[in-house]
Amino acid sequence: MSKHLSKYNDVIIIGGGIIGNATAYYLAKKGLSVTVLEASKDIGIGGSSRNGGGVRQSGRDTRELPLAMWGIKNLWPGLSEELGVDVEYTQKGNLRLGKTAAHQKILQGLTDKAVSCGLDVRMINGDEIRAINPYLSDEVTCASWCPTDGHANPLTATLGYYKKARELGVRFITESPCFELRKIKGVIRQVVTPDAIYEADKVLVAAGFDSRKILATVGIDVPMMPLKMECLVTEAEPPMFLQMLGTADADFYGHQSKHGSFVFGGSSGFEHLNKDNGSPISSSIGASCTCRGIIKYFPALADAKIVRAWAGWLDDCADHVPVISPVEEVPGLYITCAFSGHGFGIAPAVGYNVAEMIADGHSTIDLSALRYDRFKPKQ
Amino acid sequence: MKSINDRSQDIGPFVSQTDDAIIICRCEEITKGEIRQAIHDGMFTVNEIRRYLRAGMGLCQGQTCGKLVKNLIARELNVIPDQLDPATSRSPMRPMEMKVLGNEEVSHV
Ligand SMILES: Cc1cc2nc3c(=O)[nH]c(=O)nc-3n(C[C@H](O)[C@H](O)[C@H](O)COP(=O)(O)OP(=O)(O)OC[C@H]3O[C@@H](n4cnc5c(N)ncnc54)[C@H](O)[C@@H]3O)c2cc1C
Repeated sequence: MSKHLSKYNDVIIIGGGIIGNATAYYLAKKGLSVTVLEASKDIGIGGSSRNGGGVRQSGRDTRELPLAMWGIKNLWPGLSEELGVDVEYTQKGNLRLGKTAAHQKILQGLTDKAVSCGLDVRMINGDEIRAINPYLSDEVTCASWCPTDGHANPLTATLGYYKKARELGVRFITESPCFELRKIKGVIRQVVTPDAIYEADKVLVAAGFDSRKILATVGIDVPMMPLKMECLVTEAEPPMFLQMLGTADADFYGHQSKHGSFVFGGSSGFEHLNKDNGSPISSSIGASCTCRGIIKYFPALADAKIVRAWAGWLDDCADHVPVISPVEEVPGLYITCAFSGHGFGIAPAVGYNVAEMIADGHSTIDLSALRYDRFKPKQ
Repeated sequence: MKSINDRSQDIGPFVSQTDDAIIICRCEEITKGEIRQAIHDGMFTVNEIRRYLRAGMGLCQGQTCGKLVKNLIARELNVIPDQLDPATSRSPMRPMEMKVLGNEEVSHV
């Protein structure tokens, strides 16, 4: 089939996840013409529709913490109104739970780092924990508590950005996998898909771990690997608690959603050895293992019924921190990927700041610690 | 075959219909009108409708309304239903208590 040369755009975004959709929205708001190319049939089919909904600052690396804090202060509170879709943002704090001295040490380390960046997070004891969440087992003896953390609905947030960007004239084309980027006269110019070649002045690669293959076509590499993670959801339960939860050991994390079901994610320890060939299918051990983890902390949930389990991919970076960066070797090319399992909570802030980076050449939050060329060999 | 991939294609304005108030997803009480409006908001696949509205996300996990939603999308976009994928089915096939799903002990009767 001969390829037609598609209409010219200011910006082409590769990947219709929450990062691509949010950036498209903020670019369109600035008046730029944008096309988003999504490989699959569904907008938001990747990590963006599979995550645990945490909107956290606590527990983050200090390099991405400023972005997380800025987004929680400036974007999340007004997001439902801005998008015209209920993103169910709930800012009732995050408890990261522990039971042992080793847990206490992990939590204290994370807390000290966050405090040094100006975040209100502190260690609390068992009684203080159960005053916040009375359903927790007596075995829980320590926690880090960040009152300004929270959670939101990743499905409506991802599709809300899509809906609003589309209303502002952003063109979204599904089943359009980009397999090659092309430079013309040294600058980025063309995005090649099986059906068409798209042209733009600027191109953003926001395709999760698939970004690696795409970037390789212009000689750029981001050191990351796909890592499977699993989640489950219960039937609707009466309202119990509003906090986002996690544990020092990462046995599970999650929250109760607005309509009542609990959404929990967890790991079995075999994620890096997963056998399927590229499709995020939940394993036979994953959900069972997560259930055991949850019951140990929340005995009251033992009778809650699981209605669904699923899996998704993390784009796990060498240093577990995202790459958000312009690419100097390929003028006009930008990268947002390698979110390493915590890209949802910062997605609005990433979209906003990357739109500024692309349109204005600088962003509100300094993103230089997240550059693509920060990785150095060990000697 | 008409493609639904270009999400900016003109599907005409949303025109309300007399039976828009009927419930399509009984578990989550989502009406025909809400589903049709979501299609005009850009949700062109069964998965997108599900994630946007919770249609098919309740106790029966879409076993009752999945086909109806698909037909509504097909009609609104003027394509044949076979062109649309059904929503993804996932384990467990019946709702199951955490203490049962998480039980590793083998009992010898
Ligand atoms: C199980 C799980 C739990 C998580 N929990 C949390 C949490 O609690 N809090 C948090 O902050 N984060 C969490 N995350 C991480 C978060 O979901 C992601 O970091 C975030 O969604 C990343 O968004 P994205 O748009 O970069 O990626 P994705 O949503 O993966 O989007 C990338 C898109 O690019 C498309 N694509 C791929 N290749 C191509 C191509 N060649 N051409 C065109 N398009 C292409 C894909 O189809 C996909 O739609 C979790 C992730 C998982 C998997």
